[in-house]
Amino acid sequence: MAALNEEQSMIKDQAQAWVTEQAPVLKFREMRNSGVTGGFTPQTWQSMVEMGWTGIIVPEQYGGSGLGYLTFGVVLEETGKQLTASPLLASALVGASALILGGNEAQKQAWLPKIVDGSAIFSLAVDEGPRHAPLQIGLQAAAAGQGFVLNGTKTFVLEGVTATHLVVAARTEGQAGDAAGITLFLVATDTPGVTCSRLQTADSRGYANVDFTNVELGSDMVVGELHGAAGLLDQILDRARAGLAAEMLGTAAQSFAMTLDYLKTRVQFGQVIGAFQALGHRAAELFAEMELTRSCVEAALQAIDSDSEKVDQLCSLSKCKAGAFVFHASNELIQIHGGIGMTDDFDAGFYLKRARAQDTIYGSQAFHRDRYARLLDF
Amino acid sequence: MTTGSDQHAAFRQEAQVWLDENFPKSLSGRGAELLGNGEGSSPLTGEALTWCERLGSKGWGTPTWPAQYGGADLDQAHSRVLQEEMGRVGAFNPIPVLAGMGVTMVGPTILEYGTDEQKSQHLPPISRGEIRWCLGYSEPNAGSDLASLSTKAEDDGDAWRVNGQKVWTSGADISQWCGALVRTDPKAKKHNGISFLMLKMDQPGIETRPIKLISGFSPFCETFFTDARAEKSDMLGKLNDGWSVGKRLLQHERVSQTGARGTSGPKSEPLQTLAKRYIGSDANGQLADPDLRIRLANHLMAAKAHGLTIDRITAEARGNVTVSASASILKNSATNVAQTLSELSLEIMGHNGLGWEGEGFGDQELQTVRTWLFGKAMSIYGGSAEVQNNIISKNILGLPETTQKG
Repeated sequence: MAALNEEQSMIKDQAQAWVTEQAPVLKFREMRNSGVTGGFTPQTWQSMVEMGWTGIIVPEQYGGSGLGYLTFGVVLEETGKQLTASPLLASALVGASALILGGNEAQKQAWLPKIVDGSAIFSLAVDEGPRHAPLQIGLQAAAAGQGFVLNGTKTFVLEGVTATHLVVAARTEGQAGDAAGITLFLVATDTPGVTCSRLQTADSRGYANVDFTNVELGSDMVVGELHGAAGLLDQILDRARAGLAAEMLGTAAQSFAMTLDYLKTRVQFGQVIGAFQALGHRAAELFAEMELTRSCVEAALQAIDSDSEKVDQLCSLSKCKAGAFVFHASNELIQIHGGIGMTDDFDAGFYLKRARAQDTIYGSQAFHRDRYARLLDF
Repeated sequence: MTTGSDQHAAFRQEAQVWLDENFPKSLSGRGAELLGNGEGSSPLTGEALTWCERLGSKGWGTPTWPAQYGGADLDQAHSRVLQEEMGRVGAFNPIPVLAGMGVTMVGPTILEYGTDEQKSQHLPPISRGEIRWCLGYSEPNAGSDLASLSTKAEDDGDAWRVNGQKVWTSGADISQWCGALVRTDPKAKKHNGISFLMLKMDQPGIETRPIKLISGFSPFCETFFTDARAEKSDMLGKLNDGWSVGKRLLQHERVSQTGARGTSGPKSEPLQTLAKRYIGSDANGQLADPDLRIRLANHLMAAKAHGLTIDRITAEARGNVTVSASASILKNSATNVAQTLSELSLEIMGHNGLGWEGEGFGDQELQTVRTWLFGKAMSIYGGSAEVQNNIISKNILGLPETTQKG
């Protein structure tokens, strides 16, 4: 772990203890089996709120603790290890980031305390097709009287089943593909014309497609600059990517830990299978990848906290590296466990399915390789 | 990791003033060229020699060593400040190059295992770049399985008599001293009967033959010992405890191969700039070869991840990059990055990346071909990539040795 300060170390220990004891992957299994439609259990979410995790990046004057993104990453890494399902990332990191970066004073005062106390669940609604493409926004927000009318569809909105509010990227000028003409709106999901349709996904979380039909909004629901929110959206997404990358690091690290444990206990041909060099080297490669990925993830979170240059490059780097690592680690988790890895009774499948989702959300490895090249001007 | 904090400001200024007074500006950015681009070892002359002498007597060629042995008593953080300041004015440190394996590996090991007499005898000349060291480790039948080495040293009463053959001894033909692992107890288990001897190269019992490599260069030798002599006082560490000494030295070697202790020099052209120059861009400003573009991005990400890992391990060690297990990861990672860099560079250059010498090719093109070929050694020397993975799986991950043959 990075050279964490005392407070961060304490939060890490607390998160590790709570996740392992109160929200292990067994709870996730129970949640999936129970048929809960929201993608998480309310008790788990309530405990997170009580521990103050929903306020980690929220400044103190809005009810949070203002500890920053690296601290948030420390927590997300732990929840990632046990696949603890909750709106923590979507609401307390992504939603809160949107308000902190783009919200006016009234919006911050109205909504940040509700994110912190858990009474509101926020999410970001960006994509409209099967792939992450933040400039390909076609959802129309037409000026009407003092406000706007929204028409269009958003796909694969995280926690879309339970979200009370969405930060919606809409087009007020230009056409899909243009950076200019994008505006962010704050939309309560109970506004007439908003329909959230649950998606049943392999990773059993609470995604929804959201349809907007003649949704009327006042102009006070604009977050950030009218027509000019592409840069803001990028900043919000970068924070989302860095946070998700921390969760992915945890998911991958746990996949690796389970694999390593099996290598040390499974006996075949008269010895534990980890004694075979072919397997030992695969474990060594995973370990090296974990060390390299951790450096990228922490550097991105620290760069956000210190508001340094190249946040964009570091966030794409960390999301891409974490994507590669979580794929590699979850694939090896199944392969090295052999037949047992294929069974639903064993947890390996949960990790594999979650890895697939994590990689695609907020941009796949391919998306971020391309973006990294563009950011380096080639 | 920034080293710009206020506590170092005074030292930073001291370094600036000293460099301003002592580093000849005509040498700025010419380190690699003056030191033979890492391939040969042209002796320094004129202003470069003067610079080397000044740096050596200041103790800044080996800044973290104790002042009494030619260093400057700096901690890692101050040493990095010095490196940064040197880099800023294009100054270079020739001493680690001139001393062969002396600064990066032998010196730190002598500091740890040497007697006071050995430290006083050997460290100051290394710190001034006056004495070059080579290492007698590998043998024709002891490569990755180094502990099976058979070059033997026998006690003939007042000295050690050494017989056998070493191979891949870097710079043996131009070194004055050799640190060698030799078998002193043929009956003990293989790791237990080894000692570390320091031998003078200028003696009738030692013969060196340079080995020509695929790159055309001969940085390595075969070294033959025929009744070569080492003084009794020239054993480093205890009798038959040479494996611990030798392993420790290899950890220093790995740190030196991680890029964690870089020598400051001029930054080379970024790969993406090279690529755009040869290949051109499309209407969107993107590299015209989309397949190469993505592989290039992948490589640059790997390079960045490697650099960030060095930063992180440095920060976690509170400024002290200790020789630790982590070094095994960094060695393989540094190797991957450097070898991929060479391969991509050649691919970018196309046919011009095939030049060996003569007309029709630019200097950079010819240099890249040789660097590529020489770089193949990186995943072999200092413990091959596979040996590094063995170390990670056994020592870090705790996986057991195999008990079954075949």
